[in-house]
Amino acid sequence: MRWLAAIVAIIGVLTLPSVAAPLSAQQSMPPAPYAYTQLDDPALEEEASALMETLRCLKCQSQSIADSDAPMAGDMRHQVRSRLLAGESPTEIRSWLVRRYGDYVSYQPEMSASTWPLFAIPIGLLAIVAIVLLRRLGSRRSDSGAGRETR
Amino acid sequence: MSRLVYIVPLALFAFFAGLAGYMLTQDKDENVPSQMIEQPLPDFALPPALDGMPGASRGDFIGGEPRLLNIWASWCLPCIAEAPQLEALSERGVEIIGVAIRDRPEAVEDFLSRYGNPYTRIGADDISELMLEIGASGVPETYVIDAQGNIRYQHIGDVRASDVPLLLEKLEDARL
Repeated sequence: MRWLAAIVAIIGVLTLPSVAAPLSAQQSMPPAPYAYTQLDDPALEEEASALMETLRCLKCQSQSIADSDAPMAGDMRHQVRSRLLAGESPTEIRSWLVRRYGDYVSYQPEMSASTWPLFAIPIGLLAIVAIVLLRRLGSRRSDSGAGRETR
Repeated sequence: MSRLVYIVPLALFAFFAGLAGYMLTQDKDENVPSQMIEQPLPDFALPPALDGMPGASRGDFIGGEPRLLNIWASWCLPCIAEAPQLEALSERGVEIIGVAIRDRPEAVEDFLSRYGNPYTRIGADDISELMLEIGASGVPETYVIDAQGNIRYQHIGDVRASDVPLLLEKLEDARL
């Protein structure tokens, strides 16, 4: 176990300066007012967090802006909360971002000219399965029923 | 028929394994291009990022020649790398309007004294407002804005020496 602690220590020492320098520089500015401050109205804050969980952080692309601590994610959260407060609906805010960054910014699947096969293929496969099953069950029923049904 | 039962799954597996192997060798493009190209620059007005220089607004892009909008920050390392190229562009008569993201006046001043000042104006965007309005996903990014205030071209990342001719060409195209 001692070698494990040594490796962790070495990794820590190696990564510390490179991570700490840009972070401290970026954090010298106070975050946007609504980056880390919840809205006073709990219902509105609930809408905000639901929306923020389905918007992609553009700096750290596998995280939502609700999960990310990147300064830009904070600025996006500020936009979401302040726009909700100004009376915009979550749908309007999402499409405001999609108009700027494309579908990529949204984690909510959208049916479009390029994505419809994703929705159509599973339905098509289920239909094929249903047809095959019905045929097999149907033919079996008529086979077994053939003897009985001749009254 | 019975042989097919073995061959088809095996072929499928080989296909997907091959596809995965091929994709691993390909470079991943993590840039998110703005959808705002060929759209009007959104209305904005930013206060000056430091004493002694004007801030930036949409009106500053209207009339005269096409201009460059450079989104940058003093804390951004690639911005140091692109400074000589911006300097070269401004020496060729291109007006560059800067927008400093989440930056302090002292830090901006220090950056400019170290790496040169190719800007005619620098606006301070403390909450990435303009950055989000124009669909920029990081610093630095450089936009060609025509004299009618339309976004014509987006360059993501630092401007390398090899990017300068393309930017000049796009500025020329934006005159039309």
